[in-house]
This record gives sequence, structure tokens and C-alpha cells, in this order.
Amino acid sequence: MNFRELTNTEAMVEALKEEMTRDPSIFIIGEDLVAHGGIFGQFIGLPEAFPGRVIDTPISETCIVGAGLGAALTGMRPFVDLHFADFTTCAMDEIVNQVAKIRYMFGGQAKIPIVIWAPDGAGLSAAAHHSQSLEAWFIHTPGLKVVSPCFPYDVKGLIKTSIRSDDPIIFFMHKKIFSRKGPVPEEEYVIPLGKADIKHPGTDVTIITYSIMVLHALEVAKEMEKEGIRVEVLDLRTLWPMDWEKIAESVTKTHRVIIAHEACLTCGFGAEISARIQEELFDELDAPIFRVGAYRVPIPFSPPLERFVIPGKESLKKTLYNLFGKEIDSK
Amino acid sequence: MTELIDQTLYLKMYEQMLTIRSFEEKAIELFEHNLIRGNIHPCIGQEAVSVGVCSALRKEDYMLNTHRGHGNCIAKGADLKRMMAELLGRSTGYCKGKGGSMHIADFEGGNLGANGIVGGGLPIAVGAGISIQNRGTDQVVACFFGDGAVNQGTFHESLNLAAIWKLPVIFICENNQYALSTPIREAISISKISDRALAYGIPGVTLDGNDVRAVYTQMKGAVERARSGKGPTLLDCLTYRFYGHFTGDPGRGMTYRSKEEMEEWWGRCPIKRFRESLFREGILSEGKEKEIQIRVKTSIEEAVRFALESPFPDPEEAIQDLFY
Repeated sequence: MNFRELTNTEAMVEALKEEMTRDPSIFIIGEDLVAHGGIFGQFIGLPEAFPGRVIDTPISETCIVGAGLGAALTGMRPFVDLHFADFTTCAMDEIVNQVAKIRYMFGGQAKIPIVIWAPDGAGLSAAAHHSQSLEAWFIHTPGLKVVSPCFPYDVKGLIKTSIRSDDPIIFFMHKKIFSRKGPVPEEEYVIPLGKADIKHPGTDVTIITYSIMVLHALEVAKEMEKEGIRVEVLDLRTLWPMDWEKIAESVTKTHRVIIAHEACLTCGFGAEISARIQEELFDELDAPIFRVGAYRVPIPFSPPLERFVIPGKESLKKTLYNLFGKEIDSK
Repeated sequence: MTELIDQTLYLKMYEQMLTIRSFEEKAIELFEHNLIRGNIHPCIGQEAVSVGVCSALRKEDYMLNTHRGHGNCIAKGADLKRMMAELLGRSTGYCKGKGGSMHIADFEGGNLGANGIVGGGLPIAVGAGISIQNRGTDQVVACFFGDGAVNQGTFHESLNLAAIWKLPVIFICENNQYALSTPIREAISISKISDRALAYGIPGVTLDGNDVRAVYTQMKGAVERARSGKGPTLLDCLTYRFYGHFTGDPGRGMTYRSKEEMEEWWGRCPIKRFRESLFREGILSEGKEKEIQIRVKTSIEEAVRFALESPFPDPEEAIQDLFY
């Protein structure tokens, strides 16, 4: 395969372009998409390339998601943009009671080929209403699949698969990774849903993580090499369905686990993964399972407050030292 | 010739109205005998809205339905057997027992499903409208909701979106005067729900929802408008549910409604009125009526038999029809 460097945004646009060319039933719907190709430029070039298939709406999140569902039920493949993950709350009935339930509730009569795409995450001083990581809510809701990749290669492959899925997808992308670059093949490819990926192999401890925390975990893994600790970084990419096989394989190899996400720690996805590991792989564990996540407070505005609340490289490192019983360098 | 078509159509409409009434009466009976679990929301009294609206639709047109939706299902052409089986939680039901009374869908018949969330169907109707526009067909969407839904945010968002994009959606308010126990007169500060259409720049009509011909005529006009790309219409059909909100409503809803009010509405019973006019015009005779009554009775009996003879789903089917 021939690789070139693309940003996450470019990878997403390329995926959408390829899919929209292949399948005329795909359209994008949301607020402020046409004038600038989306508020993050995430659809740049698409309104011109596909006239009438990138639809600007009034501010009506409830109806945007509901309309996406109606279109999905009647032969279209909508890609719904929600501006911010925080705005899913305005469409919670549509997502939880309608999109997630209709296929099952009607005895499997319907396919729901809808992607609900929303940027999530903190770190940009966007404060409490534009910074949340809410994936756990949707993983907890039967009927939804949840995707949250970090690298352009994964973003492109998973956007394409999500669009082709006949089940509803909640697709989160962290706002801070949009312009991050990475290699993407020129040739067409897709990545199946529910497959994790080892981003850094190791033998001493597994950091199970996703989204922006993968980047922090990779930095920590590199630093730990100098200290003789070989960290395996497992990027889940798809949160649900969860790649239990890959998780089990890695835990069986390293016998130590840290689960890290930017979302609030309490009842976060880490709790589910941790419970499953101790239920099924208890004998494999050489240490308690540790979790890293945000404090259970709304995301504050001021940079020092925000940095304190959300986890990053340092909190991961501290947890790692803790796990190995090392002294914490508290400078 | 048109007169003949009208006569056939009217007789069909009358038969459908009787079918709905009998279906609901039978369902209540089965509920009272504990054969239907949970609850049902009977639409007895609202038959003219269901039949008037759906008689103006084609099979390929879409319908969004509510929790009080048996009548609309039947009028849209649903199979009584599969409906009854669903009410009884049997594997032969429309949703294989996963939906029940409140959630019957029949995608092949254009019925995109009944919603347990008040106002839940309106945004979906908008989406079906977008889909029709995109695919370039001349289908329309009939979106039913009750008067309780007009104060939900989805009502406002959906009418606005359908209006700005001129979507082929007809919004039909089955205005039965009560959102559970809250009377509509206490829930809005205007006299007519249809006045709200003004705010979206679309036509809105308040009409006698117990006059099936009036509903049919208005709906026909709204459908023509929608098919020709002129956009949505809001129909506010004044009607009444003779039964309570649901089978669990204390005193069948007479704790919040007066005897006088009930009697007044019974005087306007849609079936009685239609029957009288059909007799008056010589369209219906006693002989024809007998035939219709027998057909209706037989079809309901067959539906009940089918449902009762159908097996319950295997418990393991609970984890089918979804990835998990």
C-alpha cells in the first residue's frame, strides 16, 4: 500500500467523498455545514462536490436526529452532524428511545443505517457545555454501536464502515485530534467495527484506552522504555462492540492493566472493562486493575482548572508508578 | 360513475370504522380476561380520523403512528391477525412480540411504527419526507399525533423543518381533547391548534374529526398539495375517546370528564353519524349492513383465534433482532 500523511479531518472528508460517490443514498445533515464545510471544516469541499447532499438545518437537534432516523428507515443513509457531543442531550429521546430501539422493538423489520457524528472531549477551554466525553451513556444503551478512533488511518476506515453499517453508529472524534496527521493508504480500505489495535507492543502492562488518551498512553509507553517497563497500548477504536478477544489476549500477556479515558471515571467505560477482566481473567492478574479518568465535575473553563480535571500523560504515569510500586516524582 | 366510486369507497370506509370499533372492543375484553398484558390505549370514538385520513393514502405512502394507534394501523391496511397476535405477545405478531400494543409497525404496508413517546413520530416523519424528496417519488407521509404532542418541542421543530423544505408531510392531530387527564383548553392559550400553522407559514385547518367525509375531503386536499411539492399541512381533527386514556384509567377516564360532556360526544359518535347519512342517501341498506357486520365479526373472530393459537416466542428470541 502507498501511504501519505493526512490529518484526521482530511481522512474523514476522503472517506465521506468515496462513500458518497459510491452510494447516492448517503447525505450529510446538520447545522452550519455548507458555508465553511462544517464548524471544524470537517466536511470541507463536500458541499461543492455533492450539491444538495450536504443539508444545512436550523438549530433543531431533536429533529435533525429524528429526521435522520426517518430517512434511514425509508431507504437513505444519513450522516448526522451534531456539532458537539454535548448536544446529544438535546436529541436524547431520538437517540435512546427511537434510533436505538426501533429495529428491535419492531421485531427486526427495520434497518437503521445512520451515523450520528459528534466531536467530544475537553482541553480547549470550551467549558462545561462544549467539552464532555459522553460515550458511556451510549455504550450503556442497547441498540447503539459506538466508535471513537484517534488516528487518521482508523478514522477513515471506520467512517467508511460506519456508513455501510445497517445498525446505528454513534461516532465520536476528539476535538483536539482533528489536525493531527498520520499515514493513510492511497488505496481503498475499510476497518471492521469491533476490532481493537495494538498501537505499541509491550509485555509488562497493558493500557487499554481510546480516543485522545491513546496519544498520552503512547508518550508514556516511550518514556517507560527508558525505565525498563514495556507498556502495551491497546487502542479500542470501536468501543461497542468491544473487542474482548484482543483485550483478553493482551491481559494474558502482560498480567497488569490500566484503563484510561478522558471521560469521568465514575461509571465510565473503564468500569465495565475492569469488571469483565476480573470476572473472566482473575487468575491472570498480577496486580489490581487501575483506572484513569476525569474528576466527577463539569469541565471548568480556566486552563489550570481544566488541566486538573481531565487526565493526561502525567496522571497516566502516576498510575503506572503506583501500579509498579515506584516512588512518584511529584515535581 | 364518480357516484358509484364514492358509494363503494364509503361502504369500505364504513366497514373499516366498524372493524376498528370491534377490534378495540375485543381487545378490551381480552385485556379484562388477562389475555392481553400491560395495557392498551383504545381509540374508540376516533375511527373517523383513522379512516378518513388513510382512505386518502396509497399503500406506498408512509404513516407515523401513536400509542393509541390500532385504528390507524387497521385503516392503513394492517392484517388483523398479526395485529392481534402482537397484542397477545405471540411470535406471529408484527413485531414477534417485542413491541406489543403501543409499537406496531408494518414496513411493507408503509406503517413506520407507533411511538410510545408523545410527539416521537414527528421528527421521523420529517426524515421520511426528506427521503421522499431525495428519491424523487410522489409518496407522502401521514403523521398522526395527539393534542398532547403539540406542546412538545418536536412539534415545533418538525413543522418548521417540514415547512422550510416543503416536505410532503401531513401532520394530523387526533385532538381527542385530553392529554391523559389534562384538557387541551388548559394546555394551550389559543382556541384552535390549527392556528399554530400560521407560525410556520403552512395551511392549518380545524375540522370535525367525527365526520369521516370531512376528514377524507380535507386529507385528500392536503395529500394533493403534498404530492405536488407544495409542502405540509396541519389538520386538527376534533374528536373524542369514549374509553379512558388506557385500560388502567380509573373509571375509564370519568374522574376528569363529565357525564354531560361524554353524552354530548356520544351524540356525535362518528360511526352512528356516518351510518345514518349512508342510510339517508340510500348507500347503505339493512341487507348490506348485515353483510358488513358478519364480515367484520368473522374477521375479528379469526384474528383472535389466530392469536390464541399462535405460540409465545421462545425466551431466547429476546436476544434476537439486535447485535448485543
